[in-house]
Amino acid sequence: MNPWLRLILYLVAAPVVGGLLAGWDRRISARMQSRQGPPIFQPFYDVLKLWKKENIVVRRSQNFYILFFLLLVVFTGALFFAGSDLLLVIFALTLAAIFFVLGAYKASSPYSFIGAERELIQMMAYEPMILLTAIGMYMVTKSFAVHEIASHPTLLVLALPGVFLGFLYTLEIKFRKSPFDLSCSHHAHQELVRGMTTEFSGRTLAMIEIAHWYENVFLLGWVYLFFASSPALGVAASLLVFGFVILVDNVFARLKWQAALKSAWVVAAVLGFGNILVLSLLR
Amino acid sequence: MILGPFAAGVGLLCLRLDHLRRILVGAVTVAVCGCALALVRLPAPTGLAGFPLNHHWLDLLMALIEIGMGLYVVYVGVRARRPLIVALMVAQAGLMVWFEWTYGSKLQAAHNLFLDKFSVIMALINGVVGGGICLYALGYMREYHEVAHREVADRRPFFFALLFVFMGAMFGIIFANNLLWLFLFWEITTLCSFLLIGYTQTEEARQNSLKALVMNLAGGLAFALAIVWFYQKTGSIELQTLITSKKSLVLLPAALLCFAGITKSAQLPFSGWLLGAMVAPTPVSALLHSSTMVKAGVYLVLRLAPVVTGTTVGLMVALVGAVTFLVGSMAAITTSDAKKVLAWSTVANLGLIVLCGGIGTYSAVWAGVLLIIFHAVAKCLLFLCVGVVEQKLHSRDIEAMSGLILNMPRVAVMMLIGMAGMFLAPFGMLISKWAVLKAVVDAYPALSIFIVFGSSATLFFWVKWMGKLLEVVRPREHIDNRLGLGESVALYGLSTATFLACLFFPVISSSFIEPYILGVFGQSASMSHGNIIIMTIMMVMILLFPLSFINYGRGVRVTDAYLGGANVQSSVRFLGSQNEVQNVTMNNYYLRDFFNEAWLSRWGALSCAALLGIMLVLAFWTVL
Repeated sequence: MNPWLRLILYLVAAPVVGGLLAGWDRRISARMQSRQGPPIFQPFYDVLKLWKKENIVVRRSQNFYILFFLLLVVFTGALFFAGSDLLLVIFALTLAAIFFVLGAYKASSPYSFIGAERELIQMMAYEPMILLTAIGMYMVTKSFAVHEIASHPTLLVLALPGVFLGFLYTLEIKFRKSPFDLSCSHHAHQELVRGMTTEFSGRTLAMIEIAHWYENVFLLGWVYLFFASSPALGVAASLLVFGFVILVDNVFARLKWQAALKSAWVVAAVLGFGNILVLSLLR
Repeated sequence: MILGPFAAGVGLLCLRLDHLRRILVGAVTVAVCGCALALVRLPAPTGLAGFPLNHHWLDLLMALIEIGMGLYVVYVGVRARRPLIVALMVAQAGLMVWFEWTYGSKLQAAHNLFLDKFSVIMALINGVVGGGICLYALGYMREYHEVAHREVADRRPFFFALLFVFMGAMFGIIFANNLLWLFLFWEITTLCSFLLIGYTQTEEARQNSLKALVMNLAGGLAFALAIVWFYQKTGSIELQTLITSKKSLVLLPAALLCFAGITKSAQLPFSGWLLGAMVAPTPVSALLHSSTMVKAGVYLVLRLAPVVTGTTVGLMVALVGAVTFLVGSMAAITTSDAKKVLAWSTVANLGLIVLCGGIGTYSAVWAGVLLIIFHAVAKCLLFLCVGVVEQKLHSRDIEAMSGLILNMPRVAVMMLIGMAGMFLAPFGMLISKWAVLKAVVDAYPALSIFIVFGSSATLFFWVKWMGKLLEVVRPREHIDNRLGLGESVALYGLSTATFLACLFFPVISSSFIEPYILGVFGQSASMSHGNIIIMTIMMVMILLFPLSFINYGRGVRVTDAYLGGANVQSSVRFLGSQNEVQNVTMNNYYLRDFFNEAWLSRWGALSCAALLGIMLVLAFWTVL
């Protein structure tokens, strides 16, 4: 497919798919907890309602950071689906996340501050594994370009089983779900209040929600890359991974940040780096 | 260009009047910058352009300077009761005297000086960044002596003289082809840094300056050994011959020179002297960290890259750099002293450059040169900003900088630019880190683990500092935040340079770095066209961010933050459970249970020392 076409498709379809996934998430979680759960389209209703609400802030400039967070997340996904350099995609993603964190700092409430600190720790936890994933893909396909990785004839997951498992682990952090919902819990009645998003409201909160939809679609797209040589398997695997994340969210309680950081680094060093070491020795 | 700053230094030593000094420093800085820029326009051939500069009196003068410096160092060592200093100096001087005595007249280089694209880049950094620091120092030192530190003896003529001598010696290192000349300038920078670190003459400053002297003298001894060995084997004392000779013949001198470079660029186990150098006034720190001294070390390592590439010696050098990068980045998390964070970050980034030199492939060296450029500009900017903040807030603790964006908006924004330049896409350092990662994966994939963990630690400590500047937990204070002329020129200039270096990075790469790499390796690396466009798009997005402030405060209702109690004064005070007014305080995480600075530096130093030992043993082994 033409990269421009893919790009436009992503820009239009990602929020729809992302919103539907979020709807499913809530529905499936509810069923796991023996509840009925909201309609599938509930996330869209929520965002529409937030969009119409009054915009209340603590610091006058805090919303600008969130706007750029959204723009950069969209940009990251666009780079990815247009097939450009995987490392550049990671750097753009990091830049986006940093805008989110700075927005939380700027809000200057103790709760958003704690959220920001924890989000930074989480970034530090997942960054090595994400970079190692890109390196692993490069070592198999000899290219960092997403479109070349996608058109590689073999199933990448077969050469990169450790990297894939490590990547799954970081996805748990990236989706901000239990056991790693350290920085902004989905339930505002806890000690963290709402973490990073405590002081954001109305349209800005809606933007954060939309950014998460875009981000989730991009991350699942990355899961797809591991299975890209057989597209049907790839789509199935991505959906399965998403289901797995929901299951874990419902099964586990929240971990402490120490455990999150330690375990993520051990996973990256053992599974991710071990896999790469084996590849480099076989080369 | 070498002599100009030296002459200015001597002139400054005699000048006692402040405004005359200002005029002279300004004029010399402009002249040096002008010369450096003129070098760019010079139609220099891409390869080697040498200058036969042979005069009898020149040799004599150099010998005199060498002897004078040697005697002075021995005197310092005796007075401080440091036998190690005396021993190192005597060993080194004895070796050189014997060497020159034996071969005296035969020690002729066809070209004493030379010029290629790499030296032009280094000259630009030294001239422009170093010049900026000198201008900044004018205002800074006046305030330092007249307001902040009245107890320190005012020796400003001496201080400025040293700054310029330092700069001149750095030009010497960059242009020298004759190893004996290079060695002389190398030792001058060692001595200058010793004197500058000890400028305040407090007990701490004296101890740290002696530490710097010991470590750099050890490097100097290795340098001297390298020269003697190299001459014995090949009968030449030219850097260019060394680089183009057969690997097996020159591996030992190259290893020794790498060792010297590693001491000078403060890699583990020698990072102690650079961390100790914080006691000096800020312009000295900025000078040591960005444009001179440490850059001399990595310059030499990168020059030697074609010799060590693919050898075990090269791998050891790369490992030292990699370990240093990891340890430096993690150690920077644990400290809240702004200058110390910057120092650790310098050590870490130099580790990355040394890693590039050790790998020594064309793409690694390309990345290394890029790192030198971007690091010099951004790091200098950060140091100068911290210096200003320290003078106004009387603290350089990062925790004290919260709300700086409200109290000192201009400096805070410049600091943010500097930090963004240090680690954020699409700024320069990140472009270079990206290139390093690619080069490492191609050469030694196993080394990538140091980079991925190190760079995630980097991310953590920079962002939490940025956040600290942006958050507001205290009512606005009125701080006199006027800047002197020299300080403004330096700060604004460097901020602009950080942006320009990123915007024009493709031009810098294609017209300077690539020709050099092409000349040395026969092939060159660059960034693909598509990626450059993407980087530019990101850059434009970042530049648009300030534009969003046009909407500042529009369409929003401002309310108080949720503090978990009744708010008393607009989000910064609240009524606690005991019915008393509490201030909101927020402190960053330093993760000291996770990363223990002392533990990290001890084990880092031990492993790097072991690596260096292996490197030297292996190098000797190949000779025998």
